[in-house]
Amino acid sequence: MTNTNEAQALYELTDPTAAQLAALRGRLTDAAEGEGILDVAYTTIDTPVGSLLLAATAAGLVRVAYAREGHDAVLQTLATRLSPRILKAPKRLDAAARQIDEYFAGTRTTFDLPLDHSLSSGFRLLVQEHLPLIAYGSTESYKQLAEEVGNPRAIRAVGTACATNPLPVVVPCHRVLRSDGGLGGYIGGLDAKTALLELERAA
Amino acid sequence: MKQPFERVVHEHAATVLRVCRAVLGPHTDADDAWSETFLAALRAYPQLPDDANMEAWLVTIAHRKAIDVTRERQRRAVPVAEVPERATPLPEADHELWDAVGHLPDKQRKTIAYHYLGGLPFAQVAEILGGTNAAARRAASDGIATLRRHYRTDSSLNTTGDPR
Repeated sequence: MTNTNEAQALYELTDPTAAQLAALRGRLTDAAEGEGILDVAYTTIDTPVGSLLLAATAAGLVRVAYAREGHDAVLQTLATRLSPRILKAPKRLDAAARQIDEYFAGTRTTFDLPLDHSLSSGFRLLVQEHLPLIAYGSTESYKQLAEEVGNPRAIRAVGTACATNPLPVVVPCHRVLRSDGGLGGYIGGLDAKTALLELERAA
Repeated sequence: MKQPFERVVHEHAATVLRVCRAVLGPHTDADDAWSETFLAALRAYPQLPDDANMEAWLVTIAHRKAIDVTRERQRRAVPVAEVPERATPLPEADHELWDAVGHLPDKQRKTIAYHYLGGLPFAQVAEILGGTNAAARRAASDGIATLRRHYRTDSSLNTTGDPR
C-alpha cells in the first residue's frame, strides 16, 4: 500500500497511539449511547468460573456467556439475531457486573436486574422464567421443574430449556439436577456448575 | 452475515484516523471527522450490504465528513495572528512533512490520503473525488513528487524511481 518513502513517512506521521484510539472509541460509545443507536453493549468480567461476557440491550441484560462458548462466536450470534450495532461499552453493564461480583463474593443471593428475554421464546422461555423461583442454595430436578411449569412429560424439553439458557448464573439453571442427583449438563461446563452449587451451599 | 460493529471499529479505526489526519491536519478536526465517520457508519450499518467493501465504505464516509468539518471550520474561522494548535503533539522533525502535505492542492492531498493511507484503488478514489482513474493516478504521482521535493531525509534522498 505504501509504495514510496513519502507515503511511508506520511503513514508513520499520521499513525495514532493506542491511547488516542482508546479516547476516540470512548467518545464514539458515549455518542452512540446518547443517540440510542447502540443496540447491544457488552463487556467481559473475571469471575471464579472464568471470564464472563455480559451483553445488554436498552431493555436489559440479554446474554451471559462463559469463555468456553467462545465470546467472539457469542457476539457474532448476537449480531445476527439481535443487531450488528454492537460495541464494547462497559458502562451499561456496571450494575450487572457489580451484582455478579457480589454473588461470587457470597454477599448476594438474588439478582435485581432488568432482563431482556428476547433470545428465548415459547416453552424454553416459560422454563427460564421459572428458574429464578428455585431458591438460592437449593436444587430441583428436571422432572420437578417439568411438573411445575405444567408439562410433567416434557422432561427433555426442560433439559433443553436449561441448556439453552442465554443468561446463566443470573438465571440459575445451575440449580437444576437429574432426578438421581447427577449434575446433568451445563452450558458453562460441569466444573462451573459444581463451583456455583458449592458456593451457594457454603453460604 | 454482518460482524459486530466493534470488530469494524477495531479493524479500521487507525486507518480512518490516518486518512482524516492527512486530509484535515493532525488536530481535533481530524478527531471530530473520525467520530462523525464512525457514528454515521454505525447508524447505517444494519442496512449495509453484507458483501460491501468495509474500508472503501468508511473512507467514503470519512471523505464526506472531512468536507463537513472543513466547511464548519470556515464558518467559525476567526482571524488571528497565530492559530493555536490544539493538536496531538508532533515530533519536531516531522513539521516539515506536515507543512508540505498541508500545502498540496486539495485533490492531490485527498488522493494520496485515500490511496496510500485508506488503501483504495485509484478507480475508487476517482469515484469519490470525481474525474478519471488516470487523473487520480496523476494527482497522486504529482503530489508524491511535490512531497519528495519538500521532504528530504536520508531515506528519501535514495529514492530514484517514480511512484507506481
